[in-house]
Amino acid sequence: MTKTYNITSIRQDFPILTTQVYNKPLVYLDNGATTQKPQAVINSIVNYYSTLNSNVHRGVHSLSQQATTAFDVARTTVQQFINAQHAHEIIFTKGATDSINTVATSWGFTNLHKGDVVLVSLMEHHSNIVPWQMVCNATGAVLKYITLNADLTLNLDSLDELLAQGNVKLVAITHTSNVLGITNNIAHIVSKVHKNGSLLLVDGCQTPQHMQVDVQFLAIDFYVFSAHKLYGPTGVGILYGKENLLNAMPPYQGGGGMISTVSLDNGTTYATLPHKFEAGTPNIEGNIALGAAINYVQSIGIDAIQNYEHDLVVYAQQQLLQLPEIILYAPTADKAGVLSFNMNNNHPFDVGTLLDKQGVAVRTGHHCCQPLMQHLGVAGTVRASFALYNTIEEIDVFIGALKKTISMLS
Amino acid sequence: MTIHETELEIIEEFALFDDWMQRYEHIIDLGKSLPMINAEFKTENYIIKGCQSQVWLHATVNNNVIQFTADSDAIITKGLVALMIRVLNNQSATDVATAPLTFINKIGLTEHLSPTRANGLLAMVKQMKLYALSNSAK
Repeated sequence: MTKTYNITSIRQDFPILTTQVYNKPLVYLDNGATTQKPQAVINSIVNYYSTLNSNVHRGVHSLSQQATTAFDVARTTVQQFINAQHAHEIIFTKGATDSINTVATSWGFTNLHKGDVVLVSLMEHHSNIVPWQMVCNATGAVLKYITLNADLTLNLDSLDELLAQGNVKLVAITHTSNVLGITNNIAHIVSKVHKNGSLLLVDGCQTPQHMQVDVQFLAIDFYVFSAHKLYGPTGVGILYGKENLLNAMPPYQGGGGMISTVSLDNGTTYATLPHKFEAGTPNIEGNIALGAAINYVQSIGIDAIQNYEHDLVVYAQQQLLQLPEIILYAPTADKAGVLSFNMNNNHPFDVGTLLDKQGVAVRTGHHCCQPLMQHLGVAGTVRASFALYNTIEEIDVFIGALKKTISMLS
Repeated sequence: MTIHETELEIIEEFALFDDWMQRYEHIIDLGKSLPMINAEFKTENYIIKGCQSQVWLHATVNNNVIQFTADSDAIITKGLVALMIRVLNNQSATDVATAPLTFINKIGLTEHLSPTRANGLLAMVKQMKLYALSNSAK
């Protein structure tokens, strides 16, 4: 039996959605930047500080043990959510950017040498480019990029060619583009990458909130995502890594919590996974609240969310394609959660400002994807991005506001 | 007309509008009617970069009187630039350098002058005042 998708009840779970901006109901279509939080997540943070607050791991006292238990449960919740084999393969970080920097620094400085190659793609977020540029610059490795097809999907022939050129140690690629909404075929990519003896890091920032992710099924080596795009709090990220890879990597940062023994004379031995990569007091309430966010998503069902959002995106796309002034990017590709467009030659800033004044929140600019913008030949785009609580009626408001914007700017 | 008088005139002008869309329609019209900047000044040397939109600004001083010309790649920014120019053009360098410029706040457009905003307007105002300051001493 499939449950009906009760959008009215779901919207009531998000207190911020009743907000008015400029005396108009808020239509929040900036979910690719961050999603709003359900009451269950807000409650989790309040409850933590009201009833549980205590530092984890090292306490003998009751509160500390309860906090540690809640913290460990959150880790297990994440593990099961992406189907990792072990809970200790889930590293809590301060964000997806921090997760990628952990791998680029810890794995990169250990494994990359002069002449080695790291591949990224033309559709990457700066967070999945700059850390690799930094480690390549420092080690003498070379950063190359996978090109796109005319329809803006990933050019797999380009991947094949780059792999065939040799020395590729790691491929870092986005699961779903934050600009185009295109989801890359990771199952296909991973087989090519592994056949070549290389590792695959997948940037999942725009994916697990929209569809099921199974890191074991996909055989991904490293998977990163952030809590705040998944209805959880900011300042929390996840690094998933295969146990053998994480075990072979040195710590990223030193400090409390990540050691086994410390001696000024004999040096330090490190803690086992996952603590080796979690120096310092973690974002305890944030990590616990991520667990609450995942539980919330699962209470609706990720497949139900995917189906519902798919209908939203298809409807929004159909509406946009009826407006001759709108240039929609990747119009033929299947999209998850994100639509990017421009309005003739108008500046995205103008379009975004006028939509905002009509109560519609979108994001404009380069979306931290300047190489992709250069490829598209634009300074920026307008991006509407959707979440499980958006409605067809909101898309109608958005399209109406867009028509008004068109008439004002032309 | 003094800087203060022009500011009052603009505040009165904007008081006529009932809602945001009317205000922005007016700003867009002002942007469209801003005289073109001389092409030789629409280069890297004269650019003021915002994260999203950017402004080109050129200034001249004759007998301690400042003339600005400017342009922007975004029409709303250009409209705001037009307002600034209307207030500051043909004023003495000393007056431009010390003008408190409260009208932006009073017509409800403060958000465009916040340091975290992306349109380069705040940087442009700073540049205008810096230019006036360096010329008012002469």
